[in-house]
Amino acid sequence: MIITLTNTDTSEIGNALLKARSRLGNASGLVLTLIVAAEQRSFSKAYTAAQTAAREHPCRLVLVVKTTGKTDRLDAEIHLAEDVPGEVIVLRLSGLVREHADSVVLPLLLPDSPVVMWWPQNAPDAPSEDVLGALADRRITDAASSADPIKTLETRALNHVPGDTDLTWTRLTLWRALLAAALDQYPMRILSATVAGPRNNAPCDLMAAWLESRLKVAVNRKPSAGPGITSVTLDTPGGPVVIAREDGKTASYSIPGQPRRTVALKRRDINELLTEELRRLDADDVYAGALSSLLSREGRSAPTPRPVRKRKEAGAIAAARVAKTGARADSRKAARVQEALSRQEPPMPKSHHVQEQS
Amino acid sequence: MADERFISNPLRDPQDRRLPRIAGPCVLVMFGVTGDLARKKLMPAVYDLANRGLLPPGFGLVGFARREWANEDFASRVHQAVREHARTPFREEVWKQLCEGIRFVQGNLDEESSYEELARTIDDLDQLRGTNGNHAFYLSIPPGLFETVIQNLNRSGLAAPDRGGWRRVVIEKPFGHDLTSAKELNQVLSTAFPTKSVFRIDHYLGKETVQNLLALRFANEMFEPVWNNHYIDHVQITMAEDIGVGGRASYYDGIGAARDVIQNHLLQLLALTAMDEPISFDATNLRREKQKVLSAVTTPKRLDLHTARGRYAPGWTGGRRVVGYVEEEGFQSTSTTETFAAIRVDIDSRRWAGVPFYLRAGKRLPRRVTEIALAFKKAPHLPFTTTDTLELGTNALVMRIQPDEGVTLRFGAKVPGTQMEIRDVNMDFGYGDSFTETSPEAYERLLLDVLLGDPPLFPQQEEVELGWQILDPVLDYWASQRTPPEDYESGTWGPASAHEMIARDGRAWRRP
Repeated sequence: MIITLTNTDTSEIGNALLKARSRLGNASGLVLTLIVAAEQRSFSKAYTAAQTAAREHPCRLVLVVKTTGKTDRLDAEIHLAEDVPGEVIVLRLSGLVREHADSVVLPLLLPDSPVVMWWPQNAPDAPSEDVLGALADRRITDAASSADPIKTLETRALNHVPGDTDLTWTRLTLWRALLAAALDQYPMRILSATVAGPRNNAPCDLMAAWLESRLKVAVNRKPSAGPGITSVTLDTPGGPVVIAREDGKTASYSIPGQPRRTVALKRRDINELLTEELRRLDADDVYAGALSSLLSREGRSAPTPRPVRKRKEAGAIAAARVAKTGARADSRKAARVQEALSRQEPPMPKSHHVQEQS
Repeated sequence: MADERFISNPLRDPQDRRLPRIAGPCVLVMFGVTGDLARKKLMPAVYDLANRGLLPPGFGLVGFARREWANEDFASRVHQAVREHARTPFREEVWKQLCEGIRFVQGNLDEESSYEELARTIDDLDQLRGTNGNHAFYLSIPPGLFETVIQNLNRSGLAAPDRGGWRRVVIEKPFGHDLTSAKELNQVLSTAFPTKSVFRIDHYLGKETVQNLLALRFANEMFEPVWNNHYIDHVQITMAEDIGVGGRASYYDGIGAARDVIQNHLLQLLALTAMDEPISFDATNLRREKQKVLSAVTTPKRLDLHTARGRYAPGWTGGRRVVGYVEEEGFQSTSTTETFAAIRVDIDSRRWAGVPFYLRAGKRLPRRVTEIALAFKKAPHLPFTTTDTLELGTNALVMRIQPDEGVTLRFGAKVPGTQMEIRDVNMDFGYGDSFTETSPEAYERLLLDVLLGDPPLFPQQEEVELGWQILDPVLDYWASQRTPPEDYESGTWGPASAHEMIARDGRAWRRP
């Protein structure tokens, strides 16, 4: 079922949702709100990925699309179906409304449950300072979608706050699991390590950074044709532990004194990455450690801890913005934001702790 | 070079919860590969584990059966099973990885030479795949054959760990048919494998929802305070199947619903529902609490008043005409096997004294459902007129184990538009289709736990024996009756005696 609302506001959307849900009779067991900053041209890809992730994590999916329209208006579509878990709200923002996306999204967040923001492309340099990003407990970006992934990842590292995550890191999980398993079997001291992969490949650099942060030895980068990481070598006094993947699908796995074996190690698609990402909603300290190691490898200093802006403050800023735009801003909208704010629960302290970093 | 070894893996960090546990290299030897369980559950579970990246590179799967198959025949059989029953999508490269380690040994379970052949094959795999002498033996065969296999494994030296590897044996229920036979079975197993190497599979314990029961009880503040005889009136644990024995009457004969289901699954569910909080969720502490509560379980003195057994008669289920148990193929006219069993048990503890637990299990009931229902006491005082609360029942908390996994809370609410009329409503949490779609099969979890040597989800001999201690008096009483169980029409909720039994206590079965 698709309900289309043109030139609307959030209370109309809320009412339509409520009505639709009681008509379909499905209870609301939604566990989180996922906001997607979708772009017109990549809309369907983002839509599919988010829907797939929603299968494992029933959520209210809010797709925010900024159109090129000049008129100030909000159009919305609500998608509900028996075979799809959760709810999908597509918001199309035109004109000035584009500047006030948070005022539209805030009232649509599920009460009391986590909020995740995902930028399939063109994420801001400091996701936690974005108007929508500030509403979220967890912010998912993807450096691979940018023109210069490594530089993007470094910028993110400089602006990192707990709750930020990048799919570059998610792409490494299977590799990291195999490496950890290899050392479970062969618990020898590591003398040095080498990561091979194409030049200017963000996952390779992040892998090297992670290894360096964990192993405390020098980690070299070796150029190769790819795709992606082609091998990771850990040198031990007994010989090298090597995991190599030439074809992007199957890896060979060799440990000193043991026969060489193959293991499936595929490059996962965006749906799977997002699903993994939604499984954990707490701060990822290991990722933070890898990022600061990435910066020091590039000769830049690790970031000073940045406080996470609290949800309430974010809302206040949003309200202030609305007020600031003055005459042309819709005063009713500001009132709505204020009203929504007064309904907001105070932020939970534990999800906003400032992480100690060296 | 011992000094070069590190104590803890630097790439592992307790904070790094993305990293899955991957089993170490090992060989899984499967006896009874031609059976339904192997085809529908075990082989697909092996593939699904590999597909999720949880099996080690260098995993070997050895099938053992009488068929004259080559390795390729067995592999193609596994391939077919995976294609038909695997949960995760088929990927050629994963299959390739698995396929490299698949072997078949043709032999007889009672022939010594077959085990020598098996030993050679496993040795070969150890060399080729680097499995380090880690071997698990999965006995998916009738329990009557356990002894033969175990003896032969012992004789051929396959059961004894060497090269620093481990040996584990996995068995499926039934774990005996009474206390004596369970002890005998354990005796046989312990000749070859130490207690900690024996993994008894109760696939119910591998279900996500059963594990969720622990989360519900011990991760929350709002349930535990009412989880006792101050608030709970009684508990009903139901496992209903809509199918019959389907031509396997000869197999089912002599087993019956109580042995098949109550002794293991339902008593495990009872233990998890009724136990106190374990100090931690490791195997020892979890078992300790389960054993404690099972030891406190008593059966009623008057077994004639508080138990019921039944046998399905012809009837209609779900719009289809079905035959009665006595018409099933292989039925023996002397059989007194029950297809429905219900018993009341009590738990002698401060927490549960006075709260009966009603357990029932049966075949050819109206629908397939497993659930645990906690029925609350009536409110001590209702400040409404009696007509207001005519339709109000008692509150209930229901944990649905399968299908439609979730939790239901039943309470009274005002009917809108009336002056004051109160009626029961449900508040529902469902894992829904959404969560379960990707949640792993019970066998995946359990197989992985075997390979990792992680035992919390496996019952040990003590729990099995406690189960029989509880059930044996009931079974003996039924056997002493020497009459066939009471008939109940297929597609109904059991025989009249089951309803009378609970009505005697002033209660009624819930319709699940």
